[in-house]
Amino acid sequence: MRPLLELRGITLSYDESTVLDAVDLTVEEGELVLVSGPTGVGKSTLLGVVTGLVPRFSGGVLRGDVLLDGVSIVDAPPRERAHAIGYVGQDPAAAFVTDTAEDELAYGMEQLGLPPETMRRRVEETLDLLGIAHLRDRDLHTLSGGEQQRVAIGSVLTMHPRLLVLDEPTSALDPTAAEDVLATLTRLVHDLGVSVLLAEHRLERVVPFADRMVLMPGGGRRVEVGDPADLLAHSPVVPPIVELGRRAGWSPLPLTVRDARRAARTLTLPAPPDVADLADEPLLLATGIGVVHGSTVALREVDVTLHAGRVTALMGRNGAGKSTLLWALQGTRKRRAGAIDLDGDDTAALDPAGRRGRVALLPQTAADLLYLETVAEECAAGGAGTREILDRLVPGIDDATHPRDLSEGQRLALALALVLAPAPRVVLLDEPTRGLDYNAKGELARILRTLAADGHAVLVATHDVEFVASVADEVVVLAEGEVVSSGPTRRVVAESPAFAPQVMKVLGAPWLRVDELEVALT
Amino acid sequence: MSALPRDLHPVAWWLWAIGLATAASLTTNPLLLLMIVGVVGVVVTTRRTDHPWARSFRFYVWLGVAAVVLRVLWRVVLGGGYPGEVVLDLPEVPLPDFVLGVTLLGPVTREALLAGLYDGLRLATLVICVGAANSLANPKRLLRSLPPALYEVGTALVVAVTVLPQLTQSIQRVRAAQALRAGDTGRVRRLRRFLVPVLEDTFDRSLALAAGMDTRGYGRAGTATATERRTTGALVLAGLCGVVVGVYALLDQTAPRLLAAPMLVVGTLVAVAGLVNAGRRVQRTRYRPDRWRPAELAVVAVGLMVGALGWWLNHHELAIAYPAVTATPEVSLTALAVGLLGLVAVVVSPPPRVQGGAR
Repeated sequence: MRPLLELRGITLSYDESTVLDAVDLTVEEGELVLVSGPTGVGKSTLLGVVTGLVPRFSGGVLRGDVLLDGVSIVDAPPRERAHAIGYVGQDPAAAFVTDTAEDELAYGMEQLGLPPETMRRRVEETLDLLGIAHLRDRDLHTLSGGEQQRVAIGSVLTMHPRLLVLDEPTSALDPTAAEDVLATLTRLVHDLGVSVLLAEHRLERVVPFADRMVLMPGGGRRVEVGDPADLLAHSPVVPPIVELGRRAGWSPLPLTVRDARRAARTLTLPAPPDVADLADEPLLLATGIGVVHGSTVALREVDVTLHAGRVTALMGRNGAGKSTLLWALQGTRKRRAGAIDLDGDDTAALDPAGRRGRVALLPQTAADLLYLETVAEECAAGGAGTREILDRLVPGIDDATHPRDLSEGQRLALALALVLAPAPRVVLLDEPTRGLDYNAKGELARILRTLAADGHAVLVATHDVEFVASVADEVVVLAEGEVVSSGPTRRVVAESPAFAPQVMKVLGAPWLRVDELEVALT
Repeated sequence: MSALPRDLHPVAWWLWAIGLATAASLTTNPLLLLMIVGVVGVVVTTRRTDHPWARSFRFYVWLGVAAVVLRVLWRVVLGGGYPGEVVLDLPEVPLPDFVLGVTLLGPVTREALLAGLYDGLRLATLVICVGAANSLANPKRLLRSLPPALYEVGTALVVAVTVLPQLTQSIQRVRAAQALRAGDTGRVRRLRRFLVPVLEDTFDRSLALAAGMDTRGYGRAGTATATERRTTGALVLAGLCGVVVGVYALLDQTAPRLLAAPMLVVGTLVAVAGLVNAGRRVQRTRYRPDRWRPAELAVVAVGLMVGALGWWLNHHELAIAYPAVTATPEVSLTALAVGLLGLVAVVVSPPPRVQGGAR
């Protein structure tokens, strides 16, 4: 049988560098293919070649052939592929054309010139299929991240594409919303026979659903395509469950929590790790914080204490008030109620320069901080000591590099160095793990631990349960602007299955990380 | 039997509002203008939906109030020397010779104030009529009602309308972010510090939107060949040129008369032919298009009638349309009709659809 999509010897090169080198790939009818690999190896570029956005929107020289049902479409622009290939980008909100969910679903069909009755029927079917019928009249920009993602998927599904291409569909979502979106995708693959090609960093979320995997190892090595279990045995990026399996020498490698649990029965576990007492040196005390946004209450009576030498994780679903809390603690966001005590000062009463010296905040879009052409200029503008901090965080960044050319992790480190330059003792980070692969996340975790060891109090807002397991001493969970649980990581994540890391799901509490088991496994 | 709730065709509301605005622009009678404002207010409160743009009416009302206040203030500041009964004797500020004919302050007469008030009221009524159209009809839906050949232009406008609020968001975000780091504080360099991230963000967003639209089939080529496309382009361009020349000749009395009305008509016909030609090959369809039904036609008829009556009043009952500032303004039967006829729109239009209800 002819494959649905076939890539033959796809090579994409810019002036001096080659991003994709002779990639061959086939996607069959009704399968879910996962594209994985470290940051910056060209996963998005590969997806772009399939949709036609590369090289039209990115530049570069493309060689090779793309066949859809055996017909070459490499010269067809994205709009001429729209009826067969649906694409949802990293930020679905940026690609919305209309303002309500219903119109958004119809937009693609209008372009295809489908008869009105068909459009009407498909819109209703798709609203039901994705469980978004209650959102049909809502303004798209008021929807939560997960809802937006599902509307975006719906808006391409109405065109009845044979292949759905998704770029990091769950990276900006909280664990529950991510599960919803993945369940939807699985349903499409199983029930409708749609093929899905998706790129994702959070392998722990997607691997259980993948039929096949494309591994892009980077560093000039060849792209491999095959069964997830085979490829993950030697992949440079693996989810914790596979790392556990690798260390324990399980074969075949378990990919789901269920399989891993079964395999773990034979494992004799050592005594649980000793829980070292946490440093107890309150640095920032916030009590009864209340913030109002328009007529809605964004935060209600939130109490948070940040201790020097501790990393605290702030979790909660999209829109629970995490960012608002960070900005309120930093002092920029005006609060309606409550008190903040940072060495006797209220951060809200300080001027911007004064705040910088006391509290560092790394905003969600770290690129907003950068505006100069080279790393050296940025460091010079950041004040004395910025370069030293950057070298300590990530050594070896070239002075002449343009900040936009840095990798995600490096850019994050540069922004972090800039906010750390005035030597504040409290460090707040808003979603720093977005778009980072496991290595970069490990690096970030190391940086945060170093900061804590230096006597900083660190608060990091994140959706990433594995990252929390690897770095946080304690966790604060927000819901609807209120604290629903807080305490040591081990206790809080054990209490709610949505926040439990994979290792804990397999081995049970109190195990959080694979490295804790090191001794037991070797 | 009352009509089922639904949204009226946006063009119908706009034509209705334009009719009322026309009538308002042809009179300075304050009673008549207040009647029109009142009618607009009643129609908006009973017929607007609960969508975000529907809330903009209040803004337009305040804009109208500001217009009145400014006009009156203007008269006080610059209106010295207007004959009539002095109500406030302000000292005149001498101005240098080169601003001959302009006096600053000076005695304020009741007539000057009234003239300012009437003038301001007329402007305010126009503003409020536009505001009413805006809050009764979704401006985006209005753009969607453009003929198929203008679809591309319409989409570009819709996107522009959507992008503006996002730009403000992005500006706020970058402002807050830049306060978090040390950096240049000079005037020019601070601007750069702020502009570079905002522009980068805007470019990224635009590119993402363009990519999103392209992958969803925006701008798919129809069946047109290159020659056909060129013909259409030439027709539209030639037509528009003709229209421009015609309008110019119509306004400039010294231009040859042959260039005036005939050119305008020919130009319009050619342009329409081009648009029709383009529209015929468009393969796009429209999801749940707004349809013209009796209620729409009735609302438009009401608007047109108000406009026509206003025009008649302007020509035949000059004393009523432009009352002297020295006498109490009066209202004739026709004027009463101009003022209140707009209200019929409430009767003939269906009630608005509430959020979540079927369209």
